[in-house]
Amino acid sequence: MQDREAKWAGLMRAAIGGDGAAYERLLKAMAPVLRSIARRGLIRAGRSEAEAEDVVQETLLAIHLKRHTWDADRPVGPWVHAIARNKLIDHLRRRGNRADIPIEGFEEVLSADEDAPPVEARDVEPYLNGLPARQRDVVRCIIWEEISIRETADRLKITEGAVRVALHRGLTAIAACYRRDST
Amino acid sequence: MKTDDLIRGLAADNATRSSIERWLFAALAVGLVLSAILFAAILGLRADIAAVAGEFHFLFKFVVTLTLAVTATLLVLRLARPGAEAKLRAIALLAAPLMLGAALIAEFTTLAPAMRMTKLVGSSWATCLASIPLLSAPILVAALIALHHGAPTRPALAGAIAGLLAGGLGAAIYALYCLEDSPFFLATWYTLAISIVVAAGSLAGARLLRW
Repeated sequence: MQDREAKWAGLMRAAIGGDGAAYERLLKAMAPVLRSIARRGLIRAGRSEAEAEDVVQETLLAIHLKRHTWDADRPVGPWVHAIARNKLIDHLRRRGNRADIPIEGFEEVLSADEDAPPVEARDVEPYLNGLPARQRDVVRCIIWEEISIRETADRLKITEGAVRVALHRGLTAIAACYRRDST
Repeated sequence: MKTDDLIRGLAADNATRSSIERWLFAALAVGLVLSAILFAAILGLRADIAAVAGEFHFLFKFVVTLTLAVTATLLVLRLARPGAEAKLRAIALLAAPLMLGAALIAEFTTLAPAMRMTKLVGSSWATCLASIPLLSAPILVAALIALHHGAPTRPALAGAIAGLLAGGLGAAIYALYCLEDSPFFLATWYTLAISIVVAAGSLAGARLLRW
């Protein structure tokens, strides 16, 4: 458990320093832990585990968009857990569950089983259609077509800087769609 | 959308954001300037400011309100970070009320009983109740904008503490105009006026600080 904290903190520092590969590894390492928190929280609230991946993705978006709120002098684990818990409560509230469902403490999460495979998350295609054209195109290229920032810039005939701005805004907009969603 | 795909998208976005501290201090600077302009336009310094500048009761108003603002700032910075330990800073919030309590006791024991009610009611409570929220408003808006860049897991509470911060600063500015220096007046009307700002901050926070 200490190992995980040290590893995550190291990757987080590298990520903040601009190391995109370290950041991707960090988020991939976090995903199974977040999945475990989400699954167990949903089960306790009497909801279907099938919703877990939505919560995982919403949590990852929040971790990403709020990563500057991590204090580099403090452990990453409690910060991640607080965000995961918050997003789980949001998700349950939107679906009409009471807000005070018991959510396991951080210690329990550390020993969580993380073998559960991801299930398919919601289709965010409808969200994308509500985005401005450039943001939609950039998000499509990078997330669905798996092409790089540079190739996206070439294809859309805009600068790499513009791609990055559109990507950031697009991700922020998708997170906002999740937040408003109540289906 | 597959989670791994999302992660690739997130990793490609390397936009950096300033820390919540920088956001808050920049926002407070702007809020304070706007509030100072309002103050100059509507109220202005009290005429006898040079004469009272060294007096304990006059200075005490700034000690209490600024202590409140500083302790609220320290707490709200913690509340803006998920999972951050905030207990000690919440306890530190008691500093201003405790000081005020001590000053009240001192005033109670030294002031003639007949004077107590006069000092408490004062003659400018309506101005006080209207002015402090008005002077605090730009600061509260600025603080809420800064907090929006943070991630408060308890939005209503974070908003309320932002209200305490804005109310403390607004009250300190108002104290440059206000002629009532008795701790009785401070404890009654300043407190009530700051409570209005806290309530506004809490209501606004609950709506605007979700993320």
